Amino acid sequence: MQAPLSTRTHPRLTPRARWDNFQRRYAPYIFISPFFVLFAVFGLFPIVFSLYLSFHSWQPAAGLGDMDFVGWRNFTDNLTDPTFWQSLRNTIVIGLESGIPQHLIAIPLAFAIHMGLRRMQGILTALYFAPYITSVVAITVIFFTLFSWQYGVVNAVLSSLHDLPVIGGLFPEEKVNWLGNRSFVQPAVATVVVWRYVGWNVVLYLSGLQSIPRDLYEAASVDGATTWQQFRFITLPLLRPIMFVAITLTLIGNLQLFEEPYILTGDSGGIGNMGLTTVMYMYRTYNFYSDAGLAAAMSWLLFLVIGVLTLVNNRLFGRSGLARAD
Amino acid sequence: MKKTLTALTLALVASVAGAQTKKTITVGVFPDLDSVVKAALPGFYKTHPNIEVKINSLAYADHHNALTTALSTGSGANDVEAIDFGYIAKFAEGGGLVDLSKAPYNAGSLRSRFVAYTMPQATTQDRRIVAIPTDIGPGSMYYRTDFLKKAGVRPVDLTKSWDSYIAAGKKLVAANPGTFLIPDASEVATIIIRTGLQPGEGLYFDKDNKVLVGPNNPRFVRAFTVAKQIRDAKLDAKVGASFSADWTTGFQKGNFATEVSGAWLVGHMQNWLAKDFAGKWNATQLPGNTFTSYGGSFYGIPNQSKNKAEAWELIKYLTTNPDQQVLAFKTTGAFPALLAAQNAPLFNEGVPYLANQKARVLWRQAALKIKPIDVNRLDPVAEQIVNDSLSAVLDGSKSVQQALTDAQGLIQRRAR
Repeated sequence: MQAPLSTRTHPRLTPRARWDNFQRRYAPYIFISPFFVLFAVFGLFPIVFSLYLSFHSWQPAAGLGDMDFVGWRNFTDNLTDPTFWQSLRNTIVIGLESGIPQHLIAIPLAFAIHMGLRRMQGILTALYFAPYITSVVAITVIFFTLFSWQYGVVNAVLSSLHDLPVIGGLFPEEKVNWLGNRSFVQPAVATVVVWRYVGWNVVLYLSGLQSIPRDLYEAASVDGATTWQQFRFITLPLLRPIMFVAITLTLIGNLQLFEEPYILTGDSGGIGNMGLTTVMYMYRTYNFYSDAGLAAAMSWLLFLVIGVLTLVNNRLFGRSGLARAD
Repeated sequence: MKKTLTALTLALVASVAGAQTKKTITVGVFPDLDSVVKAALPGFYKTHPNIEVKINSLAYADHHNALTTALSTGSGANDVEAIDFGYIAKFAEGGGLVDLSKAPYNAGSLRSRFVAYTMPQATTQDRRIVAIPTDIGPGSMYYRTDFLKKAGVRPVDLTKSWDSYIAAGKKLVAANPGTFLIPDASEVATIIIRTGLQPGEGLYFDKDNKVLVGPNNPRFVRAFTVAKQIRDAKLDAKVGASFSADWTTGFQKGNFATEVSGAWLVGHMQNWLAKDFAGKWNATQLPGNTFTSYGGSFYGIPNQSKNKAEAWELIKYLTTNPDQQVLAFKTTGAFPALLAAQNAPLFNEGVPYLANQKARVLWRQAALKIKPIDVNRLDPVAEQIVNDSLSAVLDGSKSVQQALTDAQGLIQRRAR
């Protein structure tokens, strides 16, 4: 009975017509599916699962059957955990200490390369970009050795500077325990982050500079504007859109800081946990404390913080700023 | 033609059949334990011709991460899994490993064959045995004989008590400018925290999960106080954790007069850490008549393994066969957890790096005196909190009492 029924409702098509039909209606979906499949498996699923996890208590080594629903407890536990707040504070302080210098160095540097060293631009860009593509582990291990207290190069240079006449007094007499002294851990981490990302930002700003018409500068110099005036009144305002992009990227990246402090502090967060960022604490909670639910809740809290700060940045710098520039 | 074809078919069938009776199991290990398993296989195949072993070796942290993932998702684990001392509590309480105390394994009956403190490390609070010990790291103190001689300090001055250790240390540093008594003062606190435990006490929690850390616990007060004395007397190099850059360089430059660590440290010293100082180092027991362990490894079977019987055969061979344990010791210097193996003639021979001192006898004595410590699922949390508060004491930002009060509060918060 089945077969005649189906032939009645669907008129019989030639194979050719079917194929055309299939191609028209379904082939595009098949061609585009790899992205959606990959996104579902590696993007969507972990996000949804971590949200689910954040309401459960789960020791990963016990297997999936061991999850217990605990409601909001993971969130309240995190919000009442002094170490969580400290990690957030550390993240923001290191983020500022590394984020602000990055841009303060990158913008003038990009401007100088763009204006003065046009012929060298390619090679300089490559040079500045190199730290960004170098393995972060290799970078951090090298800095770890440079910052070494007893035997590090940084301290060796400082102490030889101290021995100089006249300016010697400006430099410390005793070796600085960069990674073993509360006050120096965060600047040390920030230094590595700045070193790594300045080049990236230079490249971003260079691309922004290239979109500014040259004749604006020519007109300005005809009018007798100095280089500083050109920078102040042409470059900075017209660079606003790219500054917004660069600062947003820095903001999100710095709030998720992990590798640099992780290696520099030997995964412990350093003296007094001063180098412990929120992502490091999350990793520690999951990996060493075997508390996956608590770690998942922490990641959602961090997501909220990033969201709010990005919104604030958007308000200060983004839409309204762009509108004014127009 | 037809005959050859038949013969060929027969041969093919026979080889397939032969392969089918042979069972392949996998072992998950990390370096250097992988070389121990590799060296064990020829001997194992002789007695177990029907088992084929495949070694899956990953870097130390990767191995344990992969095992966590496999246990959490319920698939992907090896039939036998090596577990390091630092991870055993986590996996023990997790429930993903076979309870070897039950039939057909009855591992409880093996208990007396191992160094006493090892089996309890792999035994959960509800008396499940989740892994069998293979090697141990009995703690010992290493000292530079040349520095001692120059300062007129005898080894016994270092070991009589922690007070005498500090007093001798002051002389040592004064007579040998540029040297330090110990890489980091916190190492001493770690030892003291691990010794003198009352029955039913874990490191940080008692049997009833009550937090032991606090300003009224003499063990922690003493540990913090002694470490602070060493720091204040400027006797330590403040290098932080072992294997940090300053720790390594300090060893290579020969700046440390003593170091406390496991028996396995000698292997590192002779191979790379302090190659130039062969014959100048010697070993002795830890100060204050204390005995503690630095690491060790175990083998367990994940619940998800489909070849549990064969896996158990391999574990038994690796852990309870004296010849194999001696071979492991020869291969990587992994000190046997099996008592029977510790009496091999090899253990009475001198250690060339330590100026032919018979240090293995010393380590054997230490191993026999180390007391078992109950593990708790929250040990890693408590350990981190205690370490943080210790560093606050050492750098002078908190008093001992204050730091321990704060630590107590933080651990109690997590333990509820």
